[in-house]
Amino acid sequence: MSDMQRVAPPLTTRTADFWRSGADGVLRIAHCRACGLYMHPPQPLCRRCHSFDVGFDPVSGRGMVYSFTINRYQWKPGMPPPYVIADVELAEQAGLFVQTNIVGVAVEDVAIGMAVKVEFEQAGDAFIPVFRP
Amino acid sequence: MIEGKALISGVGISDCGRRLGRDPWSLTAQAALAAIADAGLTPADIDGVSTYPGALASTPGMSGAGADDMRSLLGLNLRWYNGASELPGQLGAIVTAMAAIGAGLANHVLCFRTVWESSAQTQIGSRSETMRSGVQRERSQWIDPIGASHSTYGGLTMQRYMYESGTTREQIGQIAVVARTNAALNPAAVYRDPMSLDDYLASRMISDPLCLYDCDVPMDGSVAFIVSRADLVNDAKRAISIAAIGSAPGFDQSAAMMWSRTDLKPADVDMAQLYDGFSVLTLRWMEALGLCPRNEGGRFIEGGHRIARDGELPLNTNGGQLSGGRMHGFGALHEACVQMRGDAGERQVPKRPQVTAVSSGAEAFTSCLLLTL
Repeated sequence: MSDMQRVAPPLTTRTADFWRSGADGVLRIAHCRACGLYMHPPQPLCRRCHSFDVGFDPVSGRGMVYSFTINRYQWKPGMPPPYVIADVELAEQAGLFVQTNIVGVAVEDVAIGMAVKVEFEQAGDAFIPVFRP
Repeated sequence: MIEGKALISGVGISDCGRRLGRDPWSLTAQAALAAIADAGLTPADIDGVSTYPGALASTPGMSGAGADDMRSLLGLNLRWYNGASELPGQLGAIVTAMAAIGAGLANHVLCFRTVWESSAQTQIGSRSETMRSGVQRERSQWIDPIGASHSTYGGLTMQRYMYESGTTREQIGQIAVVARTNAALNPAAVYRDPMSLDDYLASRMISDPLCLYDCDVPMDGSVAFIVSRADLVNDAKRAISIAAIGSAPGFDQSAAMMWSRTDLKPADVDMAQLYDGFSVLTLRWMEALGLCPRNEGGRFIEGGHRIARDGELPLNTNGGQLSGGRMHGFGALHEACVQMRGDAGERQVPKRPQVTAVSSGAEAFTSCLLLTL
């Protein structure tokens, strides 16, 4: 999907470190340093222990396709269909999902349970995490 | 509990259809005045207003009129009002009205929902803009960079549901096919031409496995209800009781809360008007509400006989949102009241329903109501 012209997300205080993380090829997820819970989308305190000691820490970038859909409609001028949108469950924690695109595979070959690994596509100052089998 | 303290005393609906080109305030007033008259009241009796999603944070297509618009449209003297999008489902506007009556803040609350999306699409722009509130724009950073949209959720949840339950498209398609059959008997429905299961299976994909006929259809229209203090209802025989409310976020949580507030059981339900923004959501509501066993929804509706108008559990008898048109849960509640009163005319279910389950929304934006006579 490297020919996609993606819409760049706004870089806000809450999310800029997430969107910039891929500059060095590493995915970082909001992480409670008190109890260890990962959270995505990021939030400034821990949902479980309510600690404010939350920061973006590296994860393996490995995950599994939890569900996926083949998008057939052109929602954005720079993103011609078809392409796959998926919920990827990250290896670090059950129920930790990133909604993303699956790239590097024919859309009809994506399946639930497929093992995938992160890579990044740049849009403006952001690095959009996408996943490849 | 507040459930015994408030009843639905009146219902009203405006002209409905595609691209009516009518002022949405006109549609709103038409539905409101019909509901007030149906309750045997006058606008002077109305002292509360409750609506979803309210006008302030929404585009004109998403919200044809707000709570304060209604006050000024009908010159109401209010003691309490509420117009909000952050509610337990669209029918959360009914839940808050009941809570206000139970708390003594109002006697007769005018509840309404006006959608004007069909016209707004031609006047303002594409669906993606007319459906977006300010909050949704804030959330767009998680959606736009990956080219996702409203249908993405439908595709993802349908795919996962089929994977976990073994349900097929042929089975899920019955939600849409039965809705279309029902819509043929509803003059206000958007799509009334016959549709077969083959037509469903052959329709184009929007977001696989979600096809065109799995998606509800935008329309213009307004639905209104009067929720009244039980001891102030003019015609008790026509009033519909709300036996139980479920307002917790989540299909299962909302359903469990509803059943915890009544002695009635899922087996007592003889009609269902369940949210069908995407057809698979109706199955998820059926299972959450215990109207069929978990992961058995597809087999339960196979062939469509059980959920047909003359089946054991008539479902979305006005055509739902898939064929009737997207009234965001308010259409389902309106149809439930009309059927329970025996006023549904040609599409009246053979055995007048005594207990009806109604639901709205999905995921963390949910509510359900159990209606009784």
